Amino acid sequence: MGSIQLKSVRKAFGAVSVINGVDLDIKNGEFAVFVGPSGCGKSTLLRLIAGLEDVTAGEVLIDGKDVTDVGPAQRGLAMVFQSYALYPHMSVRNNIAFALKMAGEKSDVIERKVQKAASTLNLTDYLDRKPRQLSGGQRQRVAIGRAIVREPKAFLFDEPLSNLDAALRVQMRVEIGELHNDLKTTMIYVTHDQVEAMTMADKIVVLDRGSVAQVGSPLELYNRPNGLFVAGFIGSPKMNFIKGPSAAKRGADTVGIRPEHVAISTTAGEWPATVRLAEHLGSDTFVHAEGDGIGPLTLRLEGEAPLKPDQRIFVTPREPNVHKFDKNGRRID
Amino acid sequence: MARKTSVAASAATTIVAWAFGLLMFFPILWTALAAFKTEANAYTMPQTLFSSGWTFENFGIVQERSDYFRYVFNTVVISFGSTFLGILFAVPAAWSMAFQPIAAPTVKLSGKVWALIILGAVALAAVILLPLGWDISDRPLLAIVLLLLVGVPFGVWIYTRRTGDTLLWMLSTKMMPPAGALIPIYLIFNRNGLVFRDWGFVNLSDYTLMDSFWGMVPLMMLLNLPIVIWMLYTYFKEIPFEILEAARMDGASLWNELTRVLTPMALPGIASTVLLNIILAWNEAFWTLNLTNKYAAPLSFFISEYSSPEGQFWAKLSAASTMAIAPILVLGWFSQRQLVRGLTFGAVK
Amino acid sequence: MATRQGQALGRLALAPSVIALSTWSIVPLALAIYFAFLRYRLDNPDYSGFAGWSNFYYFMIDPFFVRDLFNTFALVFNVLAMTVIGGVLFAVLLDRPFWGRGVVRVLVISPFFIMPTVSALVWKNLMMHPVYGLLAEVWRWFGAKPFDWFGSAPLTSVSIVVGWQWLPFATLILLTAMQSLDEEQKDAAAMDGAGPLNVFRYITLPHLMRPITVVILIETIFLLNVFAEIKVTSVGGFAGNLTYLVFSQLNDANDVGEAAAGGLIAVLLANIVSVFLVRIVGRNLEA
Repeated sequence: MGSIQLKSVRKAFGAVSVINGVDLDIKNGEFAVFVGPSGCGKSTLLRLIAGLEDVTAGEVLIDGKDVTDVGPAQRGLAMVFQSYALYPHMSVRNNIAFALKMAGEKSDVIERKVQKAASTLNLTDYLDRKPRQLSGGQRQRVAIGRAIVREPKAFLFDEPLSNLDAALRVQMRVEIGELHNDLKTTMIYVTHDQVEAMTMADKIVVLDRGSVAQVGSPLELYNRPNGLFVAGFIGSPKMNFIKGPSAAKRGADTVGIRPEHVAISTTAGEWPATVRLAEHLGSDTFVHAEGDGIGPLTLRLEGEAPLKPDQRIFVTPREPNVHKFDKNGRRID
Repeated sequence: MARKTSVAASAATTIVAWAFGLLMFFPILWTALAAFKTEANAYTMPQTLFSSGWTFENFGIVQERSDYFRYVFNTVVISFGSTFLGILFAVPAAWSMAFQPIAAPTVKLSGKVWALIILGAVALAAVILLPLGWDISDRPLLAIVLLLLVGVPFGVWIYTRRTGDTLLWMLSTKMMPPAGALIPIYLIFNRNGLVFRDWGFVNLSDYTLMDSFWGMVPLMMLLNLPIVIWMLYTYFKEIPFEILEAARMDGASLWNELTRVLTPMALPGIASTVLLNIILAWNEAFWTLNLTNKYAAPLSFFISEYSSPEGQFWAKLSAASTMAIAPILVLGWFSQRQLVRGLTFGAVK
Repeated sequence: MATRQGQALGRLALAPSVIALSTWSIVPLALAIYFAFLRYRLDNPDYSGFAGWSNFYYFMIDPFFVRDLFNTFALVFNVLAMTVIGGVLFAVLLDRPFWGRGVVRVLVISPFFIMPTVSALVWKNLMMHPVYGLLAEVWRWFGAKPFDWFGSAPLTSVSIVVGWQWLPFATLILLTAMQSLDEEQKDAAAMDGAGPLNVFRYITLPHLMRPITVVILIETIFLLNVFAEIKVTSVGGFAGNLTYLVFSQLNDANDVGEAAAGGLIAVLLANIVSVFLVRIVGRNLEA
């Protein structure tokens, strides 16, 4: 059990409004990701759900019960912090057991649960170490272990992978995904990395300056972004936005085309351009080009494309994949 | 990166450094040696570093003549007592400022509230002053006004400031020169012009703060409280708030959060704060010389007694001095680094 | 960054200290102002009533006042000069690796932990006594006539005693600051062709400027209030400072009003100094 609902939640620090009325419904067992640029309020929203901050207005409901005035300790949620926030003076065992001790569990029950969590997370050999004797990835696992022994209604992750190096980040991403498949517990995950959001989420919540910009599955957001903000935020490399005649021709103020949805020709096409730089990744080639009269374009071609700087090319968008936006940046269908 | 230094240069550094180090330490060493000389040897010309007649008699004589251990007891009561009291005040304050800082003055007080506060101050003054029967000269009303009409609203005002300002204000109280506070404190302690009343069922006029622990311990606590709060604050600041939040998420009550998570993590900081405060209180010599003379007199007073000409027996002076400084010197060696942080209010770490 | 409950609790936790410190900072000051305008002598109950500014007037025309005011600043200046220059030299010296550095450090730091009454008496008698003191001995060894330190140059003598106590403080702070100096900076300067003197002049000294200001300001606060050293060495009549003058007004002249007025003048002086200290330390606090 662990559904979470937010009803017109607002949060202001003094005169500064950080969350401007958020309504959200996260179903039991769902993996929801809050994503957005730094300062969009995603971490604050998570802390409001955790109870680490008071809401200024609105309601937070867990399993249909209003917990707005309930302290973090009583909400039955577990949180994994960005810095892991392990207790430096306690061994791994005691770190994991702390919440159980606080709940007044018997010591044999605690030991059994700690052992189970440790074996799930490959921590059995490290139980008697202090956090400072562990590597970054191991600390991360301890933080997760500390969360899972409590069997919480939901897990809250606050940018948990941002302190890890790239390789470890991919590995932990997979592990957290598997953990969700095993436990089937509600998870809310905050990140600024849209790749993490796309790969892990059942439901992505894109936040922009304290408001929800769009909620949907990863592919919904990719295929049908409801506005310029989401269109620009989801997808890597970023979507190209083009104003002017080619937008007007399609009845829009701005058109957007993802770098992977174009055809390139050396002879003819809609947008003539000059290649600035070609990045050869082997599997793909990223081409940075300067379109005549339309500004920089990023293009993604499969395999090896034999393009060189200063070469003239012609870019044609694939029509079904062109996104159209009106003057206010909203999607036109 | 170790820079290359020639053997000669490093030998020279070693010699020079040791020479200066010994020069600085020499008066202490010389005193300690003199403590073991006979009175005659201490004066013998020429002085020798290692005189022939070694003796322990000086220590015995000092104890016998002026009851050294009573002064040690007094010093311990004052320095440890004031430290303990100070920690009781400072730990919650430092916790509050480090983890619940007030970013902006959130309390806006209207004119009506201010009027209420001032009325409250008068009421408080009446409640405190009338039963005690304090009478400052023949103008008790003026005294009440000065004492509380300024003090209480000022306290309220400070209370509503943001944390950074409160900290600076606390620092500034340490800058009050003792000469300015000497007269009032002396008179309050000595009850001149401030006479407690005999109420029949309890005769308050028998009580005096002068030369008593009841006066010295709180006074010493107040003297060092800003340093203690600041030092604890800088230590608490180094503990990430996320760890306390993690404890909260783990279901810990405030009590458990403070005792099981914060305290163990802050223990080294609290210990060094305690150490520094004991050293400062141990060596304090302005208030102790002015406000004690017998019952609560600590070691600094005890030594000053040896300044009178008839007490000038050097071997005994040295023995007394050695006994007064030895314990704190050893404590001091352990707290060198914390000393920097404490005495510079965290400006240099 | 927290909940209302937490903030309320925070204020509650802060209250005892704020109450204690505001009482401590306001009550004595308010009373001192009150007494400063009062005709009030401990030995003469009939001498009473409002005094106007006369306490201030008599305190300031006292011939001791000008001299003691001068002494106050001279003492601060002497000790600051000794400790800052000595402290920089010690810090540079102790920052270099050599055999037994830890022990030498402890030796140098030790005088700071000696209570003022002890160091005053030890210096006055064992070190600086004109006949039996160790320094007299040294003078004689060189064939010179022993110098009567506290008799002939009381202010210098007191300055030396106080300087000896505070030199460790300056050393300790500057040494701590030295150790935070990035070694790579020195290496880079050496690569740029700077010799040891230039490294000191252009790298080390600028790095030490901030801790030096901190040392100067904090020492000033304490040095304005030197008392025990003067009282215990009985040189108050010759080399007293403002603090001592206030004490003697109370203790010898029994004049509460005038002593209170003198105390207020001392407060005024210290406040001028502390304004600067609060600014500088405050700037570091925010960082």
